[in-house]
Amino acid sequence: MEFPSGYKFTKDHEWVRMEGDVAVVGITEFAQSELGELVFVELPEVGKGVKQHGTMCVVESTKAASDVYSPLSGSVSAVNEALSADPSLINKAPYTEGWMVKLSGVSGDELAGLMSAEDYKKLLGK
Amino acid sequence: MRRTPLYDEHVRLGGKMVEFAGWEMPVQYSGVIPEHVAVRERVGLFDVSHMGEIWVSGPGAEAALESLLCNQVSKLTDGKAQYSAILNDQGGVIDDIIVYRFSRELYLLCVNASNATRDFEWLAGRAPAGVRVANASDEYGQIAVQGPRALELLAPLCKGGGLAGLKPFHFIEQELLGTKLIIARTGYTGEDGVEIFVRADRTVDLWRLLLEHGAGCGVAPCGLGARDSLRLEAAYPLHGHELGEDVSALESGLGWIVKFDKGDFIGRDALLKQRERGVPRKLAGFELDGAGIARQGDTLHAGGEQVGVVTSGTKTPTVNKALGMALIRPDLAAPGTKVSALVRGREIPAHVVALPFYSRRKA
Repeated sequence: MEFPSGYKFTKDHEWVRMEGDVAVVGITEFAQSELGELVFVELPEVGKGVKQHGTMCVVESTKAASDVYSPLSGSVSAVNEALSADPSLINKAPYTEGWMVKLSGVSGDELAGLMSAEDYKKLLGK
Repeated sequence: MRRTPLYDEHVRLGGKMVEFAGWEMPVQYSGVIPEHVAVRERVGLFDVSHMGEIWVSGPGAEAALESLLCNQVSKLTDGKAQYSAILNDQGGVIDDIIVYRFSRELYLLCVNASNATRDFEWLAGRAPAGVRVANASDEYGQIAVQGPRALELLAPLCKGGGLAGLKPFHFIEQELLGTKLIIARTGYTGEDGVEIFVRADRTVDLWRLLLEHGAGCGVAPCGLGARDSLRLEAAYPLHGHELGEDVSALESGLGWIVKFDKGDFIGRDALLKQRERGVPRKLAGFELDGAGIARQGDTLHAGGEQVGVVTSGTKTPTVNKALGMALIRPDLAAPGTKVSALVRGREIPAHVVALPFYSRRKA
């Protein structure tokens, strides 16, 4: 299982990668393997404000719908439209093509409170 | 939590184990979608050992079942199976079952795992003296072999040729692995195939034999996830979704197995009244016209009011549409009727479609 360095993680299995001031957000490889093949993703509208730990997206497998929580507070500046056509990008490439949302206006304090790859790996007992 | 005889096999094959009806069962191995496709195109193996088996025997068995079940047991002959249901006095569905007739005095009832104890107690408590009701659920494992290549997989294993002439909803007893199997041409996927009852302590041997001999047919072990998406495409009702004690057999689309003319049976009076007055809701299929998936408990709306409740819904692999079944106001149940589904506060346009969503091409 992959734990890319330079990413930050949450105990709810989301990840954050900073691109300048913008936080790119997705779910981890562990999360996608637990959820199974995704068949639908409900993305937020661009411009929407999200709170840390608040519901940001909903991902659905054939079996169930699951909430994805925002790892940071901020404003949605972009969403990954490619997921509408192919939600399985999250399964195939959770840390790259399967990104979900970009957030702007995020707080450095909240970011500093997230887990490192090492800590997240320990959380999963790997 | 209970485990079937195949628990260790599932773990060894990488099955993801989840709780279902008090049992620890594989929800998937390789993934719901590839397993679903394997059954539609080749053949899949399902552990359905959690299902219950109840024997009903004795000189009065036929008459007893005629009054305890809604379908007409006397239509059965030896070696035939029949879909039926146990109803309560209100005509609600305690369970949907398959009845196998071995003789006029010996029947096997295959019942849902979650209802096995309730069914047994209900039947045993109402069977007349001289009719024996025995819960044999712990004595049997059950494996479903489903898909267009299911019989091709089995044929070389079954000596005697009984399998070749086995018609849908018929069963044979077959010697294999030094034990006697009950092989029934039934299933819950919308594909051809069989369900095999096997002694609990020989279930692992049979599972391994089927996997090994099925390699050439592209056999795949399949979990409950694919079982659910397959049965939904075929529009087979599931207890706890389409069926329940608070939904009458007429409402939930089981009218075709309710035989009013056979004489009295539990639930008949209530259903007769409901048939005269008309059902207040009816099971119908729907398809979403916008992005999203409606699931059990989501509501359907038309003309500014709630007109139905979703009983099952998903985006299914073969049909590749967000679809489902719902209990809806009868005047809106005709295919083509426009409704909307309310999903997490968002209205998604939808329309009623004819069931089933999927039917296999008949050979």
